[in-house]
Parts: sequence; C-alpha cells; structure tokens
Amino acid sequence: MSTPLVEMRGISIAFGGVKAVDDVSVDLYPGEVVGLLGHNGAGKSTLIKILSGAYAKDSGEVLVNGQQVTIHNPRDARSHNIETIYQTLALADNLDAASNLFLGRELVTKSGLLDEAAMEAECRKIMGRLNPNFTKFSDPVSALSGGQRQSVAIARAVYFNAKILIMDEPTAALGPHETQMVAGLIQQLKEQGIGIFLIDHDVHAVMELCDRASVMKNGKLVGTVNISDVTDDDLLSMIILGKNPTQKTQ
Amino acid sequence: MNNVTHKKRGLFDHLELDSRLLGMIAAFVILSVGFNIVTDGRFLTPRNIFNLTIQTVSVAIMASGMVFVIVARHIDLSVGALLATCSAIMAMMQTQILPDMFGLGLNHPATWILTIIVGLFAGTAIGAFHGWMVGYLTIPAFIVTLGGFLVWRNVAWYLTDGQTIGPLDSTFMMFGGVNGTLGTIWSTIIGGCAAVLAVYGLWNGRRAKVSHNFPVKPLWAECVLAIGVSTLIMGFVWILNSYTIPARKLKRMFEALGQEMPEGLVVGYGLPISVLILIGTAVVMTVVAKRTRFGRYIYATGGNPDAAELSGINTRALTVKIFALMGFLCALSAVVASARLANHSNDMGTLDELRVIAAAVIGGTALSGGIGTIYGAILGALIMQALQSGMAMVGVDAPFQNIVVGSVLVLAVLTDILYRKRTGSA
Ligand SMILES: Nc1ncnc2c1ncn2[C@@H]1O[C@H](COP(=O)(O)OP(=O)(O)O)[C@@H](O)[C@H]1O
Ligand SMILES: [Mg+2]
Repeated sequence: MSTPLVEMRGISIAFGGVKAVDDVSVDLYPGEVVGLLGHNGAGKSTLIKILSGAYAKDSGEVLVNGQQVTIHNPRDARSHNIETIYQTLALADNLDAASNLFLGRELVTKSGLLDEAAMEAECRKIMGRLNPNFTKFSDPVSALSGGQRQSVAIARAVYFNAKILIMDEPTAALGPHETQMVAGLIQQLKEQGIGIFLIDHDVHAVMELCDRASVMKNGKLVGTVNISDVTDDDLLSMIILGKNPTQKTQ
Repeated sequence: MNNVTHKKRGLFDHLELDSRLLGMIAAFVILSVGFNIVTDGRFLTPRNIFNLTIQTVSVAIMASGMVFVIVARHIDLSVGALLATCSAIMAMMQTQILPDMFGLGLNHPATWILTIIVGLFAGTAIGAFHGWMVGYLTIPAFIVTLGGFLVWRNVAWYLTDGQTIGPLDSTFMMFGGVNGTLGTIWSTIIGGCAAVLAVYGLWNGRRAKVSHNFPVKPLWAECVLAIGVSTLIMGFVWILNSYTIPARKLKRMFEALGQEMPEGLVVGYGLPISVLILIGTAVVMTVVAKRTRFGRYIYATGGNPDAAELSGINTRALTVKIFALMGFLCALSAVVASARLANHSNDMGTLDELRVIAAAVIGGTALSGGIGTIYGAILGALIMQALQSGMAMVGVDAPFQNIVVGSVLVLAVLTDILYRKRTGSA
C-alpha cells in the first residue's frame, strides 16, 4: 500500500472545556474520496480546520506524504497543497470574484502592483470551466446567488493545483443541477489523483462519491468503513447510534 | 461579453461613474452655488476657493488614512491629538533642539528637512504602537485611541509647556499654503502634465481591458471622461492662477530682494505646495487601496475578517501597518497645519478627530467596514470645509454652524443607508 497523502493521528482540541474533537484519527490516499459524516456539532468542521491551519490542535500529529508537518496557519496548509472549501465559504463579500479567487495569492505585475486584468482573465477561465453560467465578474460577491458564491469558493480551492482538497458541505447552498456539477467535479479531481475529504450530510451522496467514510459523534471517531462494505442504513446507524457496524473496517 | 440585452442606458451609465460620487459632487456644487448667491458672489471667488482648498488640506490628508482604518473595522479617535504631538515635536526640533544641540539655526537649509523627517518618524512610530496594541494585544481600537487622544494631546502640552512656539523655519512654512505656491507657470505645467497622465491612465486601462477581451465602455464615453477630467484639472489650476498676490505684498517681496517692482505687475499664486501634497497623498493612497496587496488585504479584512485570516492574511501585522500609516499621515498633516499657522499652538488639531471621521463617513466610508474610497473622503472633507466657511461668510452664529455640521453628518449617513438599500449594494 502507498503512503497516505494525509494522516491525522490522535487529534484533540477543546474549546473552553468542551472537547470538540477527541482523539480522532483519519487518513486519505491519493485519488481517494473520504467522507466525513456526523450530526451537527459532531466536530467535523473543527477537525478539518486543524488540517487547513485555521485552528491549532491541542494534541495529535499530522503527516503529509508520510512526513510529520506543523501547520500553524492557513499559509502553512496551502504550502503543503492543502486547499479548503469552508462551510461558511470564507469569501470577502465586498470584493469581486477574481479578488476572492486570488485572495492571499494575488498576481502582480513586474512593478509589484496587482495585475487585475490577468486575475480577471484567469477567473473567467476557471469559472468558464466550473460554472459556464457565471457572468457577474465585476460585482462584489455579496450580489451573487448562493450557488454562484459556492462556485467562487470551489474555484479558489481547485485553481491552485491542490493535492489535498477539503470540502466542507460544498453542496449545502446548491440546487440539484449544481450539486450534480460538483459531483462531476469531484469525480474529475479524483481521477487526477487528488485526495478529497468530503463533509456531507447526504448519506446517499456519500455512498455515491466516496471510497471510505469516517463517522464522528460528539467529537469522537465512531469508525471508518469502506463504502463497498456498507449500506446506507449501516452509515445511518453509525451516525445516529454511534455504533461501529459488524463489517470489517479498514 | 456581447451585450445581447440592450437595456436603455443613460449617459451616466455609459460613463460608468460611481453614482454616489456624482451625488457628492452635486451636493458640493449646490452648496457652493447656494453660498455664492447668498454672499453676492463672494463665495466662488478665486481668493475664497484658494483659501478653501488650503484649509481643507490637513483634514483631507488624515481622512484618506482614516478610510483605511474604518474600512478595516477600526476607528482612530487620536488623530487630532497625534497631530498636536507631531507638531509640537517638529516645533521643538526647529526652534530648540537643532539650534541648541546641533548649531543649526532657523532657516538653515538642513533644518526643515531634518525636522520633517523626525516628525514623520514620530507619527509613524506612535501609530504603529497603537496598531500593535490593537492587533497583537487585541485591545479594541476605540479604547486604544481614546486613551491615545488623552495621552498625545497632553504630551504635546507637556513638551511645549502649553506655549505657542514660533516663528518657524521659513522653508518649513512654505508647506502651509499661501507662503509656498508654485506660481502660474509651474502650476500650468504641472496641471498639464497631470491632465496628460490622467488621459494616459484612462487609455492604458482601456488597452488592458481590450487585450483581455473584457467589455469596455464606448469610445465616445471614454473621450467624454478624458475631456471632463482634463478640463477639471486645468480649470482648477486656472482658478488658483487667477488669485493674484496683493500689490502691497508683492511690493514687499520685491523690496526684500532689493529690487524695484515693475509698474502694473500682476502675479498669480498658482498651486500651493500643500495642495500638491494632498493631491500626491490622494493619488498614492488610491493606488495603495486599489492596486497593492496591502490595500486589497485591508478591504478583504473589512469585508470578512475570518475569510481574510483563512486566506493566510496576517491581519495582526496588517493592523499595525494601517495605524502606522495613519500616524504618518497625521505627522504630514501636522507639517501642513503648523506651517499654515506659522507656529505651533497648544490647541492645534483640536476636534480634528471628529472632522476627519466625519469627512470619511460623509465620503461614503461604511463604519461596518469593507467599503470606502479615498476620493470620497477628500470630497467629504471639502464639503465640510465649504459648509463651515460658507456659514462663517454668511454670518451664521458659531453655535449654529456646529449644529448644522452635526446634522449634515447624520443626514449624509442616513442618505447613504437609504441609497444602499435602494441599490441593494452591501
Ligand atoms: N471556535 C469555536 N469556539 C468554541 N466552540 C467551538 C468553536 N468551533 C466549534 N466549536 C464547537 O465544537 C463542536 C463541533 O463543531 P463543528 O466542528 O462545527 O461541528 P460539525 O462541523 O460537525 O457540525 C460544537 O459543539 C461547536 O459548538
Ligand atoms: Mg460543520
């Protein structure tokens, strides 16, 4: 077996006494989609925010390509080719799509000034690929629909050649058509060998898109299963009852 | 890219001018014309326009920095006090420290330059210190600068024993306005260059858009804009050139040079250096706001601090830089303000913090963060100054002047809120 892209071992973090994530271990291989499941407040977002550099873990270790790494901030995560689509999207509403796409990684001209034209051109290119209906390039993203905003956030994560992609409920604000588009995108990225952590509420979607699933409840890991070994009901009972199914786990 | 939907578009839509900017310009024009009528044409004379501009400079320079502070969701209540401290430091520098310790007297060629360097450094350092407390110690900016307001106002007092210090270095005083103007020839040359640059900028912007196949406005609209901008620049220079130096003062200037004044000679003031400093500040600050990472991060942080943080922006260091820049601009304003008064006085910059914040807010800077323009703030400062001097000229009693200014501030913000609701922009 190859080395995992990411291994998170024994991760814990507490917020003022509440253990939001308690000794959780998950891993991710190239070209694999791992679903993270669990009720609201289970600790999924908190876990992946440790990987993306938004939170500092209290204990545990993170390995990228088998090497132990320290991720202090989002820049560190990005330097390991970890890209994140946050549940909140993390867009600056007052800026336009291109500014958000390149936020923190702006293209500049030789004189060091922002190269607005180049950024808009790149933005038009990637949006043309992800969401051909997108036309509002000069409006602030506050003027966009939920789906359009989501596609800006997705564009930002995939534009910079991510090797490890974290998607926290990427289809929450989308209609059925756009959701289908994201599913297609996940398939496509997977074929390029990118590893994806996918947080999703829809068990059915997880069954369809993921290779494995890790289920969390109250900050603890219930278990990790191969999707091919389980049914929708098995996953549901893991989420609701917090019990590991009888099938062998990986 | 192709405009399939040809909505009926008005002239102003084609020009793609910010409608809020147009509203402010309209307000300013109505105000000026109104005062001009009431004062029987005394308001819009070259002399009054000249005075209006030089009175606006100090507040306008600080207002441009306040835009960044407020856009980043902070506030700075200490700018007037900081101006006083910088002014006090510079006054001490040129009248005591440099002559006593380094033997450089007033009017020594190095005096003004050393003085200004020290003043700018002090302002920047104090601002950075404020920013460090806000960013790294996470004390709210309101508190840090409220404290700073008391501290720096009284540091200035302590440094000078509350004395008025003057006269100042004669070169230094050239930054104040009337004592340092470029004369008609240089003003015309600079105005011409500025107009050419502005037109070149428009053309260059269009070229960049065309090369990427982005939509551009019609060529005629671009030409109207270019003609409008150059007319505005040259018109402004022409007005300042038409304010002529009074014959008696001119005669004294010739006498000082030991020359005879030619009969019937008329000399215009032209652009004051202080106004040139303001224009320079406005251009640089606008470029910083729109075309640099620093500016982009300020707006991003104001729009969504969490998003900025998650994008890897170091918002703490950013806060230090914003306040340091604010401090630098306070010091620059202190140069202009003390040079204009020809001395440092203890009440220097009093109430300036409120004028500066009001200018930024009237200029469309949203206290909720993320929104604001440099030109808006400068126009805001100009509107406030026009209101104040216009009322003084009409003979409105002092208490009513402040009542009006206060009410206008609140009304301006209300208008802005209603406008934003209607247009649905943020
Ligand atoms: N910044 C924070 N401060 C305090 N508590 C937090 C913070 N972030 C998350 N939590 C808490 O951690 C728990 C897990 O939250 P979260 O990771 O968002 O859950 P999920 O994404 O699985 O719905 C919740 O109880 C939440 O209230
Ligand atoms: Mg969540």
